[in-house]
Amino acid sequence: MSSQLSIAVVTLVCVVTLLVGGLGLRLSRATSDFYVAGRTVSPRLNASAIGGEYLSAASFLGVAGLIYDRGTDMLFLPVGYTVGYLVLLVTVAAPMRRSGAYTLPDFAEARLGSRRIRLASSTLVMGIGWLYLVPQFQGASLTLSLVTGAPAWVGGFVVMVVIGLAVGAGGMRSITFVQAVQYWLKLTALAIPAFVLLALWLRQGTPPAIAPDSWDVALEAISPDDHPLYRTWSTLLALCLGTMGLPHVLVRYYTNPDGNAARRTTVTVLALLGVFYLFPPIYGVLGRVYLPTLPTGVRSDTIVLQLPETLLPGLWGQLLTAMLAGGAFAAFLSTASGLAMSVTGVIDQELLRPRLSRFTGGDAPEVRGFRIAAGLAVLVPYLLSRATEPLGLANTVGLAFTVAAATFAPLMLLGVWWRGLTRWGAASGLAVGAVSAVGAITFSLVGGPFTGWTAVLLSTPALWCVPLALGTMIIVSLATPGHIPPGTARVMVRLHTPERVALSRSRLRD
Amino acid sequence: MTPTPPNQRVRVTSSRRGATTPRRRPVARDLDEQTDLGDVYLAGLMRAQRRLSIIVISLILAGLIGLPLLLATVPSTRSLTIAGVPFPWIAIGVAVYPSAWFLARWYTKQCERLEADFVAVVEGT
Repeated sequence: MSSQLSIAVVTLVCVVTLLVGGLGLRLSRATSDFYVAGRTVSPRLNASAIGGEYLSAASFLGVAGLIYDRGTDMLFLPVGYTVGYLVLLVTVAAPMRRSGAYTLPDFAEARLGSRRIRLASSTLVMGIGWLYLVPQFQGASLTLSLVTGAPAWVGGFVVMVVIGLAVGAGGMRSITFVQAVQYWLKLTALAIPAFVLLALWLRQGTPPAIAPDSWDVALEAISPDDHPLYRTWSTLLALCLGTMGLPHVLVRYYTNPDGNAARRTTVTVLALLGVFYLFPPIYGVLGRVYLPTLPTGVRSDTIVLQLPETLLPGLWGQLLTAMLAGGAFAAFLSTASGLAMSVTGVIDQELLRPRLSRFTGGDAPEVRGFRIAAGLAVLVPYLLSRATEPLGLANTVGLAFTVAAATFAPLMLLGVWWRGLTRWGAASGLAVGAVSAVGAITFSLVGGPFTGWTAVLLSTPALWCVPLALGTMIIVSLATPGHIPPGTARVMVRLHTPERVALSRSRLRD
Repeated sequence: MTPTPPNQRVRVTSSRRGATTPRRRPVARDLDEQTDLGDVYLAGLMRAQRRLSIIVISLILAGLIGLPLLLATVPSTRSLTIAGVPFPWIAIGVAVYPSAWFLARWYTKQCERLEADFVAVVEGT
């Protein structure tokens, strides 16, 4: 019974996603429709879409799981996810919109005038996008296995097919509507069961949480090798700076009509995220009350889905579980489609379009290349998700944030605010950031087990990787003053001048 | 009307009456063409915007460095409860979000005012 209800709700979410995506098919014609929804999306719709896109499996399931597992310290995760938007707002939101570029590689090329840096950025977009897609597929498999008993490959496969179709059908315009709907779907699906469970808990006389002593003590070392203060600061830095460097976050800013709208959108996003993140801790705490120990082999990422039927056996519990499963699927679908969209854009522009037009002499419709790219963008991470053992949803997502924080964040901060950035500086900073962040994480996963400071420095490397990359960019730029790109002054005018000032030469036409 | 003696001095005023006054060149053109003057204006705008951003970032840093530091170094804050809820849960789990929103709204308002002033100056109105 429970499984049939859940299957019905998950199917409904998938069908709605495809239907709303299909609406975009009729509206999308020009290439710019596919990429940035014709730049006519209002701040409110855009904010809902950003919220819908950003709140992934990690937020819907992973945060509650980590709070259940490791207690108070993990409350800092959603704080980092949210404050990341505040940092984005005050540093790059309006300039990015004014840059007139479609994607991160477009920005890198426009700012630095270098094809090589564009190529490096494209590679990073694909890497970060795929890294972030893997946990979405794994989360889908986990959810579907738990609530329906389906084999492990099914959930991820369903998500892959649905987003492949949605992105290939309508591109960005459809995705904007899909994601705006999905924010509200996710919030409802998480909030209603939370209120019901809280009410039950209050009626039962608020039984206490059963947990190890260190669980509700903030910043207490779990073991002698643990360094909670460093770990917390490093995680916060990765999340705060990583947000701006995530490819699917930035592409949303190009759909705003102007720089002011981009700022207002961000303010609304902060409100939407703040409301959403009030709920995951409730599940974490109630999990400690009612399910103090999990059977072996059951991951704490599933705590959200297990609670309703523990507290409320019978039909109502099953209904709530089905609701949460639907919300979780909405989370996988929306984040994955946003990421797939960005990765698709890069594959299409960098790899396929030049080759397709060589084969066909420009006869192939642009849309066909875009659809092939969409297929590739979802297939690769699906295969990766089948090949790698799950690390824990919020942890894998954290890795993507760390890489973004050590590469794109310094490039964007310096690119927007410092005229002295040179090509050599940017290129070496990107290289140092990527190699140190990816290297440290890989080493900590396959080279270990490590103990003490080595373990902490390798597993949460943002606090040293980001300054290293930023410092490299500044020092190398200062050492190569002859390589400041010739168009820097013009790009700076474009990035910072409000749209109401008429600039016929410096501004690109949309 | 007596004829003016030929050698008397005449004061000439408003010599350019009727001549077309040269149109003032708006600074927007200077910005667009990246002249030195345009550069000065742009640098001024960027400086003002950067100052705003630095204010917000300092507040973020104070909160995100300070809160963990406080909890780690003053153990009594970990067990402090407000209306039965532990202080860390209220501070990290709830209070952060409205603070971030207010800060964002304040920043956006300030930024829009700054840009409106800038537009008024460079368009020459």
